[in-house]
This record gives sequence, structure tokens and C-alpha cells, in this order.
Amino acid sequence: MAIGRGKVVAIMGLSGSGKTTILRLIGGQLSPSRGSISVDGQRIQHLSHRELFALRRRMGMLFQFGALFTDYTVFDNVAFPLREHTRLPEPMIRDLVMMKLNAVGLRGAAELKPEALSGGMARRVALARAIALDPMLIMYDEPFTGLDPISTGVIANLIRRLNDALGATSIVVTHDVEESFKIVDYIYFVSAGVIVAHGPPESLRRSAQPFVHQFVHGDTDGPVPFHYPAPGYADDLGLGRRP
Amino acid sequence: MIAALDRGLRQIGHAVVEGVWKLGAAARFSWLVLIRSGECGRRPQLTLNEIYFTGTLSLIIIIVSGLFVGLVLGLQGYETLKRYGSAEALGTLVALALVRELGPVVSALLFASRAGSAITAKIGIMKATEQLSAMEMMAVDPFARVLSPIFWGGVISMPLLAAIFSALGVFGGYLIGVVIIGVDSGAFWSQMQANVDLREDILNGVIKSGVFGVAVTLIALFEGYDAPPTAEGVSYAVTRTVVTSALVVLALDFVLTSFMFTGV
Repeated sequence: MAIGRGKVVAIMGLSGSGKTTILRLIGGQLSPSRGSISVDGQRIQHLSHRELFALRRRMGMLFQFGALFTDYTVFDNVAFPLREHTRLPEPMIRDLVMMKLNAVGLRGAAELKPEALSGGMARRVALARAIALDPMLIMYDEPFTGLDPISTGVIANLIRRLNDALGATSIVVTHDVEESFKIVDYIYFVSAGVIVAHGPPESLRRSAQPFVHQFVHGDTDGPVPFHYPAPGYADDLGLGRRP
Repeated sequence: MIAALDRGLRQIGHAVVEGVWKLGAAARFSWLVLIRSGECGRRPQLTLNEIYFTGTLSLIIIIVSGLFVGLVLGLQGYETLKRYGSAEALGTLVALALVRELGPVVSALLFASRAGSAITAKIGIMKATEQLSAMEMMAVDPFARVLSPIFWGGVISMPLLAAIFSALGVFGGYLIGVVIIGVDSGAFWSQMQANVDLREDILNGVIKSGVFGVAVTLIALFEGYDAPPTAEGVSYAVTRTVVTSALVVLALDFVLTSFMFTGV
């Protein structure tokens, strides 16, 4: 798998197929048992604690449910990375936070606590926090899960716009076909830990490969079975064993 | 029969292996909390916040319990001492019982149930909602930024709380013994002053409460960090914090007492 600079790339697959694991490997929170991962020319698993943290300052990650700090306000959440990593004076931090919040349309919510936000708003705040240090790589873990169609559209739009505005690279882990096909440049399909197909959205939409076809069109029948592996139905009901 | 025995043995083996594994994880965790403490030195505000959260907010329960323990000690002590005609020794009895044992032990037990459970729940939920993971991905080390300050906050708060507990206890003993029952005030204080040794009694009591502070806070942090990210997981972790802390405090107290006070 290779992800080019400046691109928005989606990693798609069924729940539990190892998509989030890929993000955790890239972020260095897990280390691979085989193979290797390079970000900006640096081998993740060979980095020291200090080097890894230096690299992470140039990465932003949006967690599935935002992972906002619940005892901080929206403002303090977005200010957190700036306060931890820079020695900027407070007025400048305030301006930067307001600019980031404005970019996600939530400047007016700066003084709210995370529990007062809807799911879509929380994720936008988390996105503002993820881009606080202008990262070169932004990772999104299931950004559309559990959102209404309007919020989904807003987030999808933001992913594309922020990527282009920041000159960053984005990796979106998702299983939302419609939204992601609209905004991404390239897609990798993973299943049970292996890449089964990849290509730009148009070619995958027309793909005749059974897994991709089933996934993109949401068919119930195909290479992914409806039933979880189980012993014979008749045996379970005690039918075959009668004398 | 053989199958049941086999299953029993397997379960014992499994429990032992799990226990040893967890002990190792806890030791490694404690080590990380200690070596990443540098940030606390550079930013004392982090630790001060935690002293407020664990220490100041535990004051009410410590003050009320200390006072009542002192009142009861005064009553019971007087009843017993009176039989031997040495009611004036009440001050010594109350003070020694408090600074040597009851102060450190009871305040550690209260600290575990008030602050330890809160720490476990906080860390457990921060982990379950990926707040610690998010912090890590923002290149902020949760050990340095969150766990170490809580640890030092607990370690600093605990001896202070124990001292306040003991002081209030002595005051409670005074209220019952001198003000209500009528033991001679001069005898009460002068006997206490003559018989309580600064190094032997008070310093040892402070050392005890410091050790309990380390133990309770580390247990609370580890249980929170180790909790499965579910509602049930966090709730079991909080229970385990209180139970394990209580047992560890009592066991440590026995060990420390047998080292400190055997020659006296």
C-alpha cells in the first residue's frame, strides 16, 4: 500500500477487517509483527520514543467518536496541542483556535463543554483539534459512523477542503461508500488483513470483482456470507440424529 | 472425576499465570509513571490541580471521620484507663493510637474509597473514550501529562490528610476526655507531650502514610489504565481498587509496624 502526498485515500472494508489497525500502525501505537511502515521516509518501528513523538506532531488523527477531553471546553480542547507543543502567547493561541474553529464552522461553540455537542459537532471539534498544528498527514477513523446525512456531508466536505487547503495527505478509514466515493482520490479495499482491490473510485464502481461489487452495491449475497460459520442447521435443531 | 480434577488444575494454573502477568504489568506501569515524572517538575500546576482533586476534595470525609474516631477513642480509652486509675494517660493513649496507627491506616482506607475510586473511574473512562489514545496521537505522553501528576498529587496529599485526621482525632479525644468527662487538662496535654516522640512516633506515622499514598494511588491508576473499555469493566475496576487498596494497606501496615515499633 502506498499513499501519495496531497491525496485523499480511503481504506474500506468490513467491520473488523483491520482498517483501524492500519491507522494505529501508521501512528506507531501498535508495531507490526511483519513488514514495515514508512511515513515521510522514516521507518516507524525503528524510531525511538522521542523521534516517534516528533513525527506524531506532524500527524493529526480524528477518532471515531471524537475522543474530546470531557473536562475541557471546546476552546481548550482545540488549544491543547498548541499549549503542549508551542510557547505561543495566549492571545495568539486564541486567534489560532478561533481560526481552526471557524474552518469547521464552530467558532460560536467555543465556550461549550463537549457533552453539550451533537455527534457531528463533536467530530468537527475533534477535527479542528487534529489540524491545530497544521499536520502533513491527517487520519480519519470512521468519520461518518452514526451521523445524520447532513453532518455526514459536512464532514466529507471538510475532509476534502482541509486536505487541499493545508496541502496535507489524508487517510480515511470508512465503510461509507457513497460519501467517500465522492471525495477521495484512491481507494484500498481490505478484507481479513489483505488488500483485495484498489483503484480510483470510478473504476472500482464498475469493478466486476465479486467482493468489491458486493461491497459497493451492498448486496446481501456474494463472497461475504450472511451466516457466521456454524455447524449444520439440521444438527443444531437436533433433526438428523433421530432414530 | 479425572476430567473435573484436570479442569480444576487448569483453572488454578490459569489464575496463577494471569496473576503473575498482571503483577508484571503493574510493575512496568509503576516504573513508567515514575520515570516520566519530569513534566511534573517543570509544570507544578499539573500536580497542584491533582492535589486539589484528590486531597482537598477528600478533606470533609477525613475531618469528620477523624473527629469521630477521636471521640470514640476518648470514651473507650477513658473507660479502660479509669479501671487502672490512670485516666490522666488518656492524652497519651489517644495521641499514640492516632499518630502511629489509626491516622495513617484509616485515612488511607478513606482515601482509597474517596479519591482512589475517583482516579480509577476517571482514567478508565478516559481510556474507554480514547482520550488517552488521542493524547498519544497528539504527541503528548499520557504518562507524563496525566498519570504522573495524579500519582504525585496522591503521594503528597496522603500524609497531609493523615496528619489532619490525627490532629482532629486528638481534638476529639480532648473534647470527650477533658471538656465533657473532666480529665485534668494539664495532665492530658503534658502526658501527651512527654510520651509522644517526634521521630519514633510522628515521623514513623508520616512514613507509613507516605507508603500508603504510593500504594493506593498506584493501584488506583493501574486499575483504571488496565480496565476493559466497557461500563462493566470500569465498574469492576473501581471495586477492585477499593478492595485491593484496603488489603494492601492493612498488609503493609502490619509489615511496617513490625519493623518500626518492635523495640518500643
